[in-house]
Amino acid sequence: MWGKASILKEGHSLAPYSASVSVASAARPKVRIRGLRKVFRVRQRAVEALATVDLDVGSGEFVAIVGPSGCGKTTLLRILAGLETASDGEFSVERAAGRDLPLNSMVFQEQSIFPWMSVRDNVAFGLKARGVARRARYEAVLPMIRAIGLEGFEDALPHQLSGGMKQRVSLARAFANDPEILLMDEPFAALDEQTKLVMQAELLRIWEGASGRPGESATRKTVVYVTHSIDEAIVLADRVVVLSARPGRIKDQVDIAAIYARPRDVAAVRSSAPYGELFARIWRELRTEIAA
Amino acid sequence: MSAPARNASASVVSSWARPSRRTVERGLSILSPLVLLAIWEAGAIVGVVDTRFFPAPSTIFAALATLLQAGELQEHLLISLERIAVGFVLGAVPGIVLGLAIGLLPLVRAIVQPLVDATFPIPKIALLPMVIMLFGIGEGSKYAIIAIAVVFLVLINTEAGVRNIERIYLDVGRNYGASRLMFFTDIALPGALPMIMAGLKLGMGVALIIIVSAEFVGARNGIGYLIWNSWNTFQVDRMYAGLMVIALLGFASALLLAALERVLVPWRSAVRI
Ligand SMILES: Nc1ncnc2c1ncn2[C@@H]1O[C@H](COP(=O)(O)OP(=O)(O)O)[C@@H](O)[C@H]1O
Ligand SMILES: [Mg+2]
Repeated sequence: MWGKASILKEGHSLAPYSASVSVASAARPKVRIRGLRKVFRVRQRAVEALATVDLDVGSGEFVAIVGPSGCGKTTLLRILAGLETASDGEFSVERAAGRDLPLNSMVFQEQSIFPWMSVRDNVAFGLKARGVARRARYEAVLPMIRAIGLEGFEDALPHQLSGGMKQRVSLARAFANDPEILLMDEPFAALDEQTKLVMQAELLRIWEGASGRPGESATRKTVVYVTHSIDEAIVLADRVVVLSARPGRIKDQVDIAAIYARPRDVAAVRSSAPYGELFARIWRELRTEIAA
Repeated sequence: MSAPARNASASVVSSWARPSRRTVERGLSILSPLVLLAIWEAGAIVGVVDTRFFPAPSTIFAALATLLQAGELQEHLLISLERIAVGFVLGAVPGIVLGLAIGLLPLVRAIVQPLVDATFPIPKIALLPMVIMLFGIGEGSKYAIIAIAVVFLVLINTEAGVRNIERIYLDVGRNYGASRLMFFTDIALPGALPMIMAGLKLGMGVALIIIVSAEFVGARNGIGYLIWNSWNTFQVDRMYAGLMVIALLGFASALLLAALERVLVPWRSAVRI
């Protein structure tokens, strides 16, 4: 039942990456996914979670992947995160030249901040893993903690925080790690409607650097963002990728960046004229995939 | 920036309402043994309790006072406490380390697990002759027998604690590139801490049981010796005084470990409203 031990064993081998990492050139996309497939074997039975997926994500692009629940969205992200191996196909992540950044940081769907660590230690976890000394990493995460609205809660433990605050910590942990790409798996799905609206705007503000994000990288991070919410996808992303029901494959791609400029006002997007049209188009694609 | 910060402060769980409830619980915990003693005393006075076999608590406390005045009790208590403390630490530390290793490293588990499974069911007190053979009749054998009893309980609980850590935390460790050492110190150890505490509590209880038994047969001092010697010389009130001390030790050690748990596992004790 328990494969955790092997998790540790594989902990350092970034094998799926090291083979395919290459240094940036203008022509190549940041993330390049080719023929990626995943079949889970559960007691002789094969469950195809992901049909062949081909996808390019540009450097600094925010791509949202929408699809019905169970279509393989989490599986795709876990493969990109190196937590799962693909059954077939390959992907590569382009490294920024001259930098030695971690390849990716994931914001998980479920509650994933460590209950035994303070907010500060949670946010600084990636830096600690990279061997940054305590004082230096505490100093380094301070701007991030401030930017995401956690100032004054540095020493709080997660059980003292609300659900929204916990997700802030989770986001801050990923951003503070300053990775090549950010992977986000329905980070706000568990939040109540109002908190979700606030967090979407916060995420955009930090990612777009509208507040002058004092992070290390001056450029916007490449984001692969998974959601089942059409609204969230339109509001946040440059491009929406629509997945079919399980086994997930790409049904449609919708260019949003051409319609809404950055930095974006979430409320303005929702009340704009093209919003309804975009929503309808994506919903048409999704509706047939949902077995209600 | 001020808006989310204000939101945040409003959402912090207030903790000032809790102490009063905790005080009530603690008060009840102190009250329940006192009530039992009162019933016993009343029974002895009324005559429903045969005081030849069950002396009234007041008689036992009188014997306790005599033992205290003579300085006898302190001597026995101190030596027993020393044996428990040393033996407990000698068992708990390797128990935690091994438990973490078994929980995290399949290779270590493959080697150690069958040995643990085979030796755990052996009543540890039955090992006393062997332990005395190995460590002599002195303090070494007392430390060893306690350590042996404690190590199993701590190890088994620690391992279970590691195995029950939610998978997501290990995924985070992997995704953020945590080193092997960090998996131990930052994830496995704190994640298993609630179970480790449970193991320590069980271990402490067993340490008390073991030390008394060990002092019955192989010692000239200690609370166990006091009890056994009093029984042999038919000083029943002194025997009960010894038993009372053991009971108090059990009570005190439970309080101590509960306090330790509140300090070490604050995120857990807060959930247990
Ligand atoms: N470890 C696993 N073992 C077996 N089946 C799995 C595993 N993980 C996911 N699946 C299956 O793969 C499919 C896709 O899951 P998932 O990627 O979590 O979907 P989504 O995130 O889109 O809701 C589901 O049918 C799920 O039951
Ligand atoms: Mg999912």
